[in-house]
Amino acid sequence: MLDFLHANLSYILSGISVGGQYALIAIGYTMVYGILRLINFAHGDVFMCAGLMMVYLSATLPVTVTIPLVLVMTVVLGFLIERAAYKPLRTAPRMSVMISAIGISYLLQNAALYFTGGLAKVYPSIPWLSQTVTIWGSTTKMVTVVTPVLTLVLVILLSLLIKYTKVGMAMRAVSKDFETSRLMGIQINTVISVTFVIGSFLAAVGSMLYFTNYASVTPVSGSMPGLKCFVAAVFGGIGSIPGAVIGAFIIGIAENIIKGGSSIFGFGGSGWTTFSDAFTFALLIIILVVKPTGLFGEKSTDKA
Amino acid sequence: MKKKSKLELWIAFGAIALIYIAVAVLEQTVDANHIIFTVLKKGAIYSLVAVSMNLLNGFTGLFSLGQAGFMLIGAYTYSIFTMPVEVKMTEQVYKYYASAIHFDTGIFIGLVCAGLAAALFAALIGLPVLRLKSDYLAIATIGFAEIIRAIFQWDVLGPVTNGANVMREYLDLTDVKIPFTDIPFPPTLYVFLAAGVCIALIVLLINSSYGRAFKAIRDDEIAAEAMGINLFKHKEMSFIISSFFAGVSGALLAMYQYTVQAAQFKSAMTYEILLIVVIGGIGSVSGSCIASFLYIAASEWWLRGLDMGKFLGIESASLFRSGFRRFVFSIIIMLIVLFFSKGLMGDKEISFGGLIRRFNRNKPAKTAKGGGIDA
Repeated sequence: MLDFLHANLSYILSGISVGGQYALIAIGYTMVYGILRLINFAHGDVFMCAGLMMVYLSATLPVTVTIPLVLVMTVVLGFLIERAAYKPLRTAPRMSVMISAIGISYLLQNAALYFTGGLAKVYPSIPWLSQTVTIWGSTTKMVTVVTPVLTLVLVILLSLLIKYTKVGMAMRAVSKDFETSRLMGIQINTVISVTFVIGSFLAAVGSMLYFTNYASVTPVSGSMPGLKCFVAAVFGGIGSIPGAVIGAFIIGIAENIIKGGSSIFGFGGSGWTTFSDAFTFALLIIILVVKPTGLFGEKSTDKA
Repeated sequence: MKKKSKLELWIAFGAIALIYIAVAVLEQTVDANHIIFTVLKKGAIYSLVAVSMNLLNGFTGLFSLGQAGFMLIGAYTYSIFTMPVEVKMTEQVYKYYASAIHFDTGIFIGLVCAGLAAALFAALIGLPVLRLKSDYLAIATIGFAEIIRAIFQWDVLGPVTNGANVMREYLDLTDVKIPFTDIPFPPTLYVFLAAGVCIALIVLLINSSYGRAFKAIRDDEIAAEAMGINLFKHKEMSFIISSFFAGVSGALLAMYQYTVQAAQFKSAMTYEILLIVVIGGIGSVSGSCIASFLYIAASEWWLRGLDMGKFLGIESASLFRSGFRRFVFSIIIMLIVLFFSKGLMGDKEISFGGLIRRFNRNKPAKTAKGGGIDA
């Protein structure tokens, strides 16, 4: 067992790191779904936009200014998307909102395509995060170590926010019952906006960590992580934040182990790499068939 | 479904015949490299896949997003089946693998097999997936489409699928011959015929008792079940039939493109088709067809200037650079989604009776095709 761990340490480490980054995105999905019952397909693209903003802003500004600026601008972007594309459809059927989300995702990708000219943009290296460190004989970037810690800190803060503040209480109420909480005098629109603000903020943090590892941003680099993070949210039980985090870590680690598959399965060679994405979806289908509510999900009748 | 008068039916047939004659005449008179043929061919192929998606999303109420996966199966099955054996044995296509397939078929058999292969996969996928509802079904079908793409790119299957490399040298549109002769069949007309026959079959299905059962399921599952409709059986049937036609359209796309590669069939392609369906109106076959042609014409032809530096006489190389077309296009789509959520046709079909009545009442200057919007 120890040998196995040691041999695959670099995969496991990067898996943990990617898992943490996925977790930050997955929280955005799970919170929005919990409240609006909407798969926010544009969330992955918001994440990509945060990456692009970083690229463009850091070209002229120092890092200390860029990071807060990117966080603020991503939050504004998330807020605007909700106001422009989802709020007008509040009373429309759920499918129209989802189509609107797909439309926004298409729009953001095409806008990014236009502004970048379709080229992969090199992500700026954030000084401290890009340093290399050596853990138990495998070299990795500082970000690998920072990600899980930062993720946990943010998740704990978020849980406290949801548990003890007034707006957190309102969020829980709205996700339990939309109509009743409105009757109780909760400002639905404010609560939904706050949800999108938090989700976008975490996506922006996630994008900084993720792209530090991957080093380049393209207009479509948000769509696959986006889908995977939604799967992570479903896997953990949609609406549950700890569930989303655990689901994201499982997917991140499993995916990276499959990428380094030859040393574990002993056959197939690098051919398994093709399946690192497919694995995520296979996991999704298995969980939907076996336990549709996910690991920590509450029982609900209209899910599956 | 109210009974249409016989006259109206004849007018509809007449109009369709006119379209086919127009296509045939156009093909004989206009230079074959004109952009209009790209639009017509691609538009017809997208009409078919949009209608097949509409059968599922608009008529059965199953929000499935797996269309690109089924098109991929269709395209690959077609190209593997119709690639001549001599090509398979040389290194022309299968450079890194020894082809494991030692036969080839004609175009027609290839098309049918493409549909059947997609339908077979759909039958298997449908068993677990169709128990899910709305957005869970959507995400699960996206997932299956991605899994299918991964399988087709897997290098263990290389001897069949050529790994992640391009498939080419199979029978394409230029290889279509008029039966029993060696004269090439007009390619645009062929695409129109193939897509038209398939769409006609879907329309017949929608108007049959099965189609009525599908619509009952869409409107209210519980009520439909109480009326004695076997939910799972009908959902599975709709899913399989829709996938069959998606497979055929994938094969047609392969014929049209001359080359085909798994990387092309990403979820973005499904989204594109979904947006076409939405623009045309969810639940309207004629809407889907019109929307496909408009969509393809706009993106391939009319808005091309946006990418080339010159649009509507305005010249600005810095604004109208590559990618601007799709940017403008997605803004238009968002406006349609937000403000005209019914799309062009809502859930109505073009009705010639309605057109005539409208014509008599308003006496508009000319009857454009869009005049059929009677929402």
